[in-house]
Amino acid sequence: MSNEQEVITVINAPVYLKYNFTAGAAPSRFLTQIKKGVLTGQRCPKCAGVYVPPRGSCAACGVPTEDEVVLSDKATVQSFTIVSIPIPNNPIQPPFVIANLVPDGASVSFIHLLSECVNEDIHIGQRVQAVWKPKAEWDYAMDNIRYFKPIDEPDVPVAKIGKLPVTGWEG
Amino acid sequence: MKKIAIVAYQQSDAVSDAGAVNEVELIMPVLARTFKQVGLNNAQDVDFVCSGSCDYLQGAAFAFVAGVDALGAVPPIKESHVEMDAAWALYESILKIRMGHADSALIYGFGKSSPGELPIVLSQQLDPYYMAPLWVDSISLAALQARLMLDAGLITERDMAEVVSRSRRNARNNPHAQLSGDVSADDVLAQPTYVSPLRKGDCCPVSDGASAVIIATEDKAKEWGLPYAIISGIDHCIETHNLGMRDLTDSVSTRKAAERAGMNNGKVDVAELYAPFSHQEIILTRSLGLGKETSINPSGGVLAGNLMMASGLSRIGEVFNRIVSGEAARGIAHATSGPCLQHNLVTVLEKA
Repeated sequence: MSNEQEVITVINAPVYLKYNFTAGAAPSRFLTQIKKGVLTGQRCPKCAGVYVPPRGSCAACGVPTEDEVVLSDKATVQSFTIVSIPIPNNPIQPPFVIANLVPDGASVSFIHLLSECVNEDIHIGQRVQAVWKPKAEWDYAMDNIRYFKPIDEPDVPVAKIGKLPVTGWEG
Repeated sequence: MKKIAIVAYQQSDAVSDAGAVNEVELIMPVLARTFKQVGLNNAQDVDFVCSGSCDYLQGAAFAFVAGVDALGAVPPIKESHVEMDAAWALYESILKIRMGHADSALIYGFGKSSPGELPIVLSQQLDPYYMAPLWVDSISLAALQARLMLDAGLITERDMAEVVSRSRRNARNNPHAQLSGDVSADDVLAQPTYVSPLRKGDCCPVSDGASAVIIATEDKAKEWGLPYAIISGIDHCIETHNLGMRDLTDSVSTRKAAERAGMNNGKVDVAELYAPFSHQEIILTRSLGLGKETSINPSGGVLAGNLMMASGLSRIGEVFNRIVSGEAARGIAHATSGPCLQHNLVTVLEKA
C-alpha cells in the first residue's frame, strides 16, 4: 500500500429526518385566531399574567394558561434596535428596526418589525399599531402583521409598559 | 453518608400519539400530580431539578428548554438536563444531594417520539462516520443481536414469545400501559416476522409521554411524612460503541453496574428491566443472575409502552411503588441507552 494518501478533511453524510410537527394545543389556539386577524393571549390563573404568543403554561408559575384573552393590535415599544447590517437570507434590506412590543392587554412582549417611521425617532414607551397584510393573505402566521407603525398617542411611562388594559392607553 | 429516599412517582399514560400537545403540555399534568403527591406547589419547593429528554425525538430544537416552562422557574431555580433517559438525571440528582448541594430534587423525563420515525431517528446516535450514514435502525440492530442468541442456542423464539406474553398479561394491572391483554406465547408466535427474527410483539411500541420522581434525604422524607423507599445504590457502566467488539449475547456492563450498586447484598424481590426487545429481557435476567424468587417486570416493562427518555426513570418509579405498597422489600431498576443495551444503569431500592 502506498504511503501517499490525501489528507481527508471532509466526508459527506447528510441527515434527512422527517417529522410531523405539531404546534402544541395552546399555540394552535393562538394561530387559529391570528389567521382570523385576531391577536390573542392566555392568562395565568395564579399570577394573572397574560402571555403572547402563548405556549401553554405560565413560565413563572408552572401552571396551564387556559383562559383566552383577546388583545389589541395597538402596542407599546419596550425595547428596540436598528439593524444596519444585512442578515443572511433575510429579504429585508437594512437599516430596519426590530422591537420588543407589548400589545395592550398583555404582560409580556413579542418581537416584531417597525416601519413607516423615522428610525432615529423610535424610543421606548412609543405607541405603535399593527399594519396587517390583505385579509386574503392571512395564514397561521405571525407575519399576517407586516409590521407595526407609530401612532399619534402619548408615550407610556416605562413602569406602565406591560400593564395596560386591552382598551389601551388613555394618556 | 446521608441516605436518599424516593418519595413520589407519577407517569402519564403511554400513548401511540399524544396529538397536538407540545412538551410543556405533555409534562405539566405529570408534574402537577407529582407535586400534589408530596404537597408541594412547584419546583420552588425542591432544591434541584434535573430532566432527561432528547430533541431529536420530536424534531424540535431546544425542546428541553421549553420544558422548563412547566416548572415555575420565577424566581430562578437550580436546574440541569441530560440528553439521556431521566434515570441518569436521577443519578445526577443523587450526586447533587451527596455533595451536600441539595436536600431534595425533582426529576422528570419526557418523550414525544410519534412525530418522527423513531427507529430511524435512533440510527443517528451511532458513530457518525461509519454507522450513522448507513441509517442502521434500532430494530435491525436488535434483530442482529437476537439472531446471535438464537443461532448460539441460547434462546428459542418461544422463549422470546413467553417474555411478550408475560409482559402483556402483567400490563393488565398497569393503568398507563399502551399494550396489554391476555396474549399467549402461541399468539405471539403466530405473528409474521417483522424484522427477522423479531416479530412486532418482540419490539416495544413507540410511545409518547412523561414521568417524574421526587427524591430527598431520608430526614427530609420524614419531615414530609410520606411513605418512601431508600435508594441504597446506583451505578452505571457503558460498553464500546463498536458493536463488533461487544459480546451482544451478554450484558457485562449491566452486571458490573449491578455489582457496584450492591444488588448482590440481599434478596431481589422485584426487578424492573428496561428491555425494549423481548430477547434483551432474557439477556438482562441472565447477566444479573436473577432467579425464580424475583418478579420480573410486574408493570409489563417497556414492551407494554416505551416512553423514550422517561422509561428508565419509570422503572425506578415502578419498583418504588411496589416497595411502598409492601409488595416487595427490595428491588432493582434497570435503565438502558444506546443500541443493543450499550449503556446500563442499575438502581437498588430498599424498604425504609
